[in-house]
Amino acid sequence: MKYIDEYREEGIARSLAARIARRATRPWCLMEICGGQTHTIMRYGLDDLLPAGLRLVHGPGCPVCVTPLETVDRAIEIASRPDVTFVSYGDMLRVPGSKLDLFRVKAAGGDVRVVYSPMDALALARARRGRKVVFFGIGFETTAPANAMAVFQARREGLDNFSMLVSHVLVPPAIRMLLSSPRNLVQGFIAPGHVCTVVGWEEYEALARDFRVPIVVAGFEPADLLESVLMLVAQLEEVRTEVENQYARSVRREGNVAAKDMIGRVFEVCDRKWRGIGTIPGSGLRLRQEFAAHDAEKLFGVGGISAEEPPECISAEVLQGLKRPTDCPVFGLACTPEHPMGAPMVSSEGACAAYYQYRRHSIPREKEA
Amino acid sequence: MADDPRPFDSWTCPAPLSGGGQVLLGHGSGGKLSADLVRDLFLPAFHNPALARMDDQAILAINGLRLAFTTDSFVVKPLFFPGGDIGSLAVHGTVNDLAMGGAQPLFLSAAFIIEEGLPMETLERIVASLRRAAADAGVQVVTGDTKVVEKGSGDGIFINTSGIGVVPDGVALSADQARPGDRILLSGAIGDHGIAILAQREGLEFESTVASDSAALHTLVAGMLGASKEIRCLRDPTRGGVSSALNEIAGQSGVGVELDERAIPVREEVRGACELLGLDPLYVANEGKLLAIVAPEAAESVLSAMRRHPLGAQAAIVGSVSAAHPRTVTMRTVVGPTRIVDMLAGDQLPRIC
Repeated sequence: MKYIDEYREEGIARSLAARIARRATRPWCLMEICGGQTHTIMRYGLDDLLPAGLRLVHGPGCPVCVTPLETVDRAIEIASRPDVTFVSYGDMLRVPGSKLDLFRVKAAGGDVRVVYSPMDALALARARRGRKVVFFGIGFETTAPANAMAVFQARREGLDNFSMLVSHVLVPPAIRMLLSSPRNLVQGFIAPGHVCTVVGWEEYEALARDFRVPIVVAGFEPADLLESVLMLVAQLEEVRTEVENQYARSVRREGNVAAKDMIGRVFEVCDRKWRGIGTIPGSGLRLRQEFAAHDAEKLFGVGGISAEEPPECISAEVLQGLKRPTDCPVFGLACTPEHPMGAPMVSSEGACAAYYQYRRHSIPREKEA
Repeated sequence: MADDPRPFDSWTCPAPLSGGGQVLLGHGSGGKLSADLVRDLFLPAFHNPALARMDDQAILAINGLRLAFTTDSFVVKPLFFPGGDIGSLAVHGTVNDLAMGGAQPLFLSAAFIIEEGLPMETLERIVASLRRAAADAGVQVVTGDTKVVEKGSGDGIFINTSGIGVVPDGVALSADQARPGDRILLSGAIGDHGIAILAQREGLEFESTVASDSAALHTLVAGMLGASKEIRCLRDPTRGGVSSALNEIAGQSGVGVELDERAIPVREEVRGACELLGLDPLYVANEGKLLAIVAPEAAESVLSAMRRHPLGAQAAIVGSVSAAHPRTVTMRTVVGPTRIVDMLAGDQLPRIC
């Protein structure tokens, strides 16, 4: 397939890997933030191509994984109501809340549907004015413009039966928090190309400057990720701490101005809880007051639902690269994608689930389920 | 949970869901949930030697004749799709389950569970299609049943077909017979049926030229068996796709399976749709493809026989059976390293981004 196969070519991948091996004179620890990039690394086995001293750590960039437990509980509460059509992206459906997931709500008779775009949810609201159509608005900056547009459009059309349960998260505050930790091991960041397609990389320049860390904005294909590793290693070896753009075919420094404008008109920055992490200041988006009529959290009065997250797994160490998923005593045993105990096992973009799905054969035999 | 971010050392994770008191759609997906249901509920309840083989069909020896017997229910939505409809699918699915046992399919039953209000014209079209597919496959529908359920208790129409065939002498195919060194043959491009159906689903409609591959495979199988008796096992990768079929074989034979991603044929349109939707073609359903586990010395002659048949024109050797990593399917990816091809828990879910 044109514009895809070129980035998955074995010769190109091996040549990039050889250049990385020649360039790296000592061990380095790099983190990819985005779950989509983690997925590519695991699916194609890219870490097997890297020299032994070079470590890739898989950051907390899976929006499905980090959506807080209580938000899932709120979604389940709303979706269980007989007057509601609850609409979501597919992979949110099996994310466990405290007691249920959305699949079980559907099995019990709830009207739960999967769409590919919030605009499809809007179309449902137009077609079914007697139903309350609620869209589960989650994700990083990538999904924010379309979600903002859906709410904006709903208000313009007077679709008072459309609302959104918003749990948006932002990448830079999470990177800032990671880098502020005294135990941080990460020496360079692969920044998420799709997020930066929307918001650009100006914010990342502040991170590179404040923490003296190189950052490369990268795409999602095998050659993209290997090239971005090469660019980071070159910066580290040359003691540079710049923001560079590997994903030039998609990303500009200022991002997508129209998309950013739409986000700003509909959403405002707020503190946001991350599943398994806690509240990170300024790391979320919520609907502005003028869109309160489309704010499902307010309309259905679910803001009071909270949930305790008991300390059960080692995702903390996994997400900061101190441990690998396979170091966890319950990995692949009590904790599997069917019964996730921790956020990184929830979606295939989470580090633990990606290891489980694609790399289990490299795990010692006694750990196999 | 504290409002301030906790230090890394105390980041935590949620507890798992307890128990599963409900049947979920995933229990019918052909993935792990389906396998668990069969293993934990159905197998213990009905345990007998024919069932314990866990193949697509039971092989029953009666007075020296070996009969293949199978049943399948069809609940496809939409009822009509590019490349077929629920009527032709109900024939092909059951004929193929017989064919995967090496049997010559002979007779079918057809049971119709119809929701009241279904237009008679729709039923007539489905029955005509079923009749045509049966005639083309050389099988007769010799018994049947009709039930009508109240509006809302069904989804238009469900069809169950059972089938009987005869297994020729010297043919003994089973998923527990794969041996290290065997080659894995695939009869053509994967994912056509699943993508053709998906493109028609409500809320997901996208323009697509992909038609279902729904077809009866028994003449292809007869040609293969004519070329060599060293075929160990056949499977049609329907629900759960190539991944589920090969994981089942790996599990039942206690062997490893090693695929080569570059050798697996996938149409450009199907690849494009999968890229767009975040799906992996290895998990997408087929209704007119088969996987064959063949002894290494017979692989080339079986492959030639497949390619001589119109339904096997694009057949390819896509991997081999290994003694390493038993009960696991691995794949050499297009960029070189190896990864696991796991059986999914339930249906493949589109990813958010």
